[in-house]
Order: sequence, then structure tokens, then C-alpha cells
Amino acid sequence: MSASSHRLFSRQDIIGFAILAAVIFIVLPLALDSFRLNLFGKYLTYAFVAVGLVLCWGAGGILSLGQGVFFGLGGYCMAMFLKLEASTPENTAIQSTPGIPDFMDWNQITALPWWWEPFNSLLFSLIAVVMVPVMFAFIIGVAMFRRRVGGVYFAIITQAFAAILTILIIGQQGYTGGVNGITDLRTLQGWDIRTDAAKETLYYVNGVLLFACLLIAQFVRKSKLGRLLIAMRDQEDRVRFSGYDVASFKIFIFCLGAGFAGIGGAMFTLQVGFMSPTLVGIVPSIEMVIFCAVGGRLSIIGAVYGALLVNWAKTSLSESFPELWLLGLGGLFIAVVMAFPNGLAGIYAEHIAPRLAALFAKRQTPAAVPKPKPAE
Amino acid sequence: MFSDYSMTELGAIFAMQGFAGLILFSVFVLMALGLAIIFGQMGVINMAHGEFMILGAYVTYLTSTAFAVYVPGLFGIYFFVAMILAFIASGLLGLFVEWAMIRHLYKRPLDTLLATWGLSLILQQVYRSVFGAREVGVSIPDWMMGSLPLTDLIEIPINGIFVMVLATGIALGVYYLMFRSAWGLQVRAISQNRVMADAVGINTAWTDRLTFAIGCGVAGVAGSAFTMIGSTGPTAGQLYIVDTFLVVVFGGTGSLLGTIASAFSISQAQSIMEFFLSGSMAKVLTLLVVVGILMIRPQGLFSLKLRK
Repeated sequence: MSASSHRLFSRQDIIGFAILAAVIFIVLPLALDSFRLNLFGKYLTYAFVAVGLVLCWGAGGILSLGQGVFFGLGGYCMAMFLKLEASTPENTAIQSTPGIPDFMDWNQITALPWWWEPFNSLLFSLIAVVMVPVMFAFIIGVAMFRRRVGGVYFAIITQAFAAILTILIIGQQGYTGGVNGITDLRTLQGWDIRTDAAKETLYYVNGVLLFACLLIAQFVRKSKLGRLLIAMRDQEDRVRFSGYDVASFKIFIFCLGAGFAGIGGAMFTLQVGFMSPTLVGIVPSIEMVIFCAVGGRLSIIGAVYGALLVNWAKTSLSESFPELWLLGLGGLFIAVVMAFPNGLAGIYAEHIAPRLAALFAKRQTPAAVPKPKPAE
Repeated sequence: MFSDYSMTELGAIFAMQGFAGLILFSVFVLMALGLAIIFGQMGVINMAHGEFMILGAYVTYLTSTAFAVYVPGLFGIYFFVAMILAFIASGLLGLFVEWAMIRHLYKRPLDTLLATWGLSLILQQVYRSVFGAREVGVSIPDWMMGSLPLTDLIEIPINGIFVMVLATGIALGVYYLMFRSAWGLQVRAISQNRVMADAVGINTAWTDRLTFAIGCGVAGVAGSAFTMIGSTGPTAGQLYIVDTFLVVVFGGTGSLLGTIASAFSISQAQSIMEFFLSGSMAKVLTLLVVVGILMIRPQGLFSLKLRK
């Protein structure tokens, strides 16, 4: 391992981050109208999940098929706050019980349940956006990793959680809004989130938060923890026999991924204006894995591009050829696993990076970059 | 909640509910058997298992339509032909999928999971394009209609009994294959020690392919049996996949008896709770209990002692 890989940013990382920043903060806002920009903002909320999955799955070897749970929990925490703000007694005067969310009124619930009360506070809600998914992940993580459950069993059980939460949300519609979710969200502390200007602001907030998460992820990967994670993925027993507490590291990284997903969910709610169980269940959870896989399961920057690309393809394909989209998505799953296990980042590293290096090598000192072999 | 009912009514309710649980149990057993072979013995996660089942269901639908048009006189027995055709169709598809996809991924179980999920999406879309998005139902032969009155209050639907008999028959068949046939011996040898099995001359690659195909074939038969109690839609398979995996994991992978025991306990728990709670809460509680037990006992109810 060369000395440069211990630094927080190698030269390549800096270039990668800079290009991504330029794409998110300059190119996309300039190129897209406000409707499309809002769509891309929505795609970027999935990037939070994908970055978390790079850490859990790519680096740590823990495949969670329940990231939608954390995305949904974060989103629901935000949605509950916004819903309470939208359900002032004046706004809901026509209900039989004014002052409670409309779906509760429809389901003959006459008082706000106690666990909704704290969500009147913005500070509490913002903390809950991160902490509820993290606590939930912590409980799952402790229960599973302490007993050394991993691999496919972990994947199946996290998937069961996604199923459980979806059934619960849909079944308890008086408390959760049921299958429609929590809709008709209007303002955040009096600031109307439905206007184009607000959506644009939220897009930038989303971008900044995503970069904060990317920096944390980069720090984790370059730290000793990151190297331990990779060691655990490849030879878990050896790491354990070297005296490391494998379970704690796994729990930490799983919680971190859940926290990222929670932030993504909250940003989704703010930008799209609703939260529903269709974003929690098994199908969306497993689609989130494909965002990460397409981008490259080892590359945090690749994960962002993966989320953008797959979702963009989904929107444009299902607009014009709805029946092709499922075939395309299915094919993507198979292709990414069979042919490109390292996704876009792998393609870049194998095919594009050497050419770029060759290009730069002509101008710079030849010793700095390894020369590609002449093709003969 | 019991005061509204008389004793005999309560007895009848429990009997009917227990019987509903038995039908659910048969359904779980049918679904889980194929998976118990593929996941339990080979360790392959086949997320497209539900779609193999649905293939069997559609084959049954086609057969019933063909019988109704060409040989209406034999309509009473079309189901047995359909079952065999379903086994062959799903088995052949399984054979192909193993050859094209699964065999390259044995070393990467998590990737198998993703790839087979992709396969399931493709199959769903194919079903939707071919058979339409609406659910199709088969017409049940006359002798399977109606119900058997046991007492004044308790009635048992005949198609339910039929599915139960079928589940028992297929379970016995799979048991025979696993524990009495040469193929079963080879499969068990491979699952216990692949390298040694290879060394003593078992063609492991071919056995793997056959195992996968037989597992898929059993799924097809299960799908065929499903048409007797419900209709079939392109996405019906996905609804069951998590339940099925939980049944197999809960029972202990590699243990056929465990799979059946866990199918029994999960189905009974769910159908009895359904009487007291809403259907969705019963499901949530059942799943939570199963997941909770799995956290305490990750190896499942029955586990084989294996040297990994």
C-alpha cells in the first residue's frame, strides 16, 4: 500500500469530488428547468442510501435489503412534522376533530396519538430523522452481528423487516396514512416548500448534505476503520482472531448507513412533498441496492452517479416505454452482477483511467504515473 | 370477546380457523419445498422462486383452456396433466437459468440474490406481456367444487382438502428423492462436503444443475396447485417470496423436517391470530416473532451439524 492511500484525499479523489460538485451545483441547475431539477433532487436523495450501501456492502460485505426501512423512517419523521404543521385547527376546520392530520380524522381517530406529539418540534423531528433509523439499525445490528449472523441470512432478515414495516404502515392507516402515505405537506416553519424557489433551495440543501455525507464516508474509508471493514469482508475470522471486535465495527457501519438513508428520506419528503409505504418496502429497498451496484459497489462517488443514472433511465423509460422499464431493470441487475461487478467505477478504472493517465503522462514527468503497456 | 359466541360456535370457529391454517400450511409447504432444495441444499438464494411458481400456474391455466377447447370430455382430469407439464416447464427453465446464470455465481451468494431478482423482474414483465396484467383464474373441475359438511356448522371446502393431499404427496415425493434416491444421496454429499464429493466421483456440476432444476420444478407444481385456491397474476410470486424464505430459514436450512415444522407453526400462528387481530397485524406479529426467534437462534429450529 502506497503512502498516498493513507491520505484523506488522493489527487484522484479530489478530481472526482470536484467533478461531482461541478455536476451537482453548476451543470444540473444550469441545464435543467425547475421541474427536472426537482426530479434530479429526488434522485439525489437515493444517493444518500447508495453511499451508505457502499460502506455497508461494498466495503463491509454486509448486504442490507432493508435500506428502504431507514429511508422511510427518516422520511416519515420529516413528514410527521410537516403534516402537523399543515394541520392547524384553522386549516382543518371542516374536520370533525380540527387540529389533527386529515387521515386520522377520516379513520375516526379523535386525538393525536402520544407518539405524534413530539413531532410538533422541529428540533426533535430533525434529530429523529437521523436517530430513529440509527436506533432501529442499532437494535437490528446488535441482535444480528453479536450472534454472527451475516451474509445471505442478514439480507433475508433485513428484507423481512422491510416487509413488516410496510404491512404495519398500510395496516395502521389511522396513525400512518396507510397506503397513500402522508400527503399534502405545505410549509416548513411557515416557509412554503411547494414553490419553485423553495424547491431550488432544497435542491442545494440536499446537495450540501450529500457532500457532507460523502466526506464522512470518505473519512471512514480512508481511516483505519475503513481498512478493517475491507479486511472483515475478505477474512472475517482473521480479523476476529487478531483481537478486533468485529461485531462492533459492523454495527457502527450499519448504523452509519441507516443514518445516511434517514437523511435521504427526509430530503425526499421535503422535495417531493409526500412520504408513502411504496418507498419503504422490499421492491424499493432492493432497487436501492442496484443504484449502488451500478455506480460501483466500492466507489462512493460512483454510487451517486449510479443513483442519478438509474433513476433518470427509470423516469425516461417509464415515460415512453413502460413495459420496457422492468425488462431493462431486470437486465441491469443481471448485467451488473455477471459482467460488471464493479459497476461504472470499475469501467472507469479499467478503461478510462488508463487512457487519461496516458494522456496526462505525455505532459508530466513520466515517473509520476505508471505508463500503460504499449498495445502491440 | 368470547361471550358473544356459544360453546359450539366457538368450537366451530376454531375448527374452521384451524382448517384455514392447514390450507395455509399446505401452501407454505408447497412453496417452501422447492426452496428448501435450492436454498437449503445448495445455498443458492433464488429470488425468482415465486416466478417459477407462477410459471407453473400459467401452464395450468393454459392446459385447462386447451382441455376445455379440445377434449372437454377429459376436463375432470386435466389438472394431473397440468401438474406434470408445470413440473417440466419450470424444471426446464430452471435448467437453463442454472446453466446461463447461477453456475457462474456459486462463489458469490449475495450476487446470486441480485441476479435472480433481476430475473424475477424480467419474468414478471414477460408474464404481463403474454398473459396480460389482470389476474387469470382456471375453471376448477366439478368434482373439486363444493364442500364437505362435517357438522351443521363446520364445512370443509374440497379444493382445500385437495391442496392438502397434494402438499402431503409432494412432500413425501421430495423426501423420497432426497433420502432414498441416488440423486438425493449425491446432493446431500455435496452439501456436506463439496470437495470430497467431487473426489469420490460425483459429477457435482451436473448434480447442481439437476438440483436447481428439480427445485424449480417443484415450485412449478406448487404454482399449479395454487390455481385451485386462488387466481394468478404476474406479480403474485413476489408476494410470497419473503414468507417462503423465512419459512426455510426458520426451519433450519438443510432440514426438510424443519421446513415442514416451521411452515406448520408459522401458518397456524398466523391464522389463529387473524381471528383475534386484523389480518395485517397478525402478519406483522407472526413475522416479528419469527425474526425475533431467528435472532436468538440464527440456525433455525432444526439444524444439521455441518463442518463448514
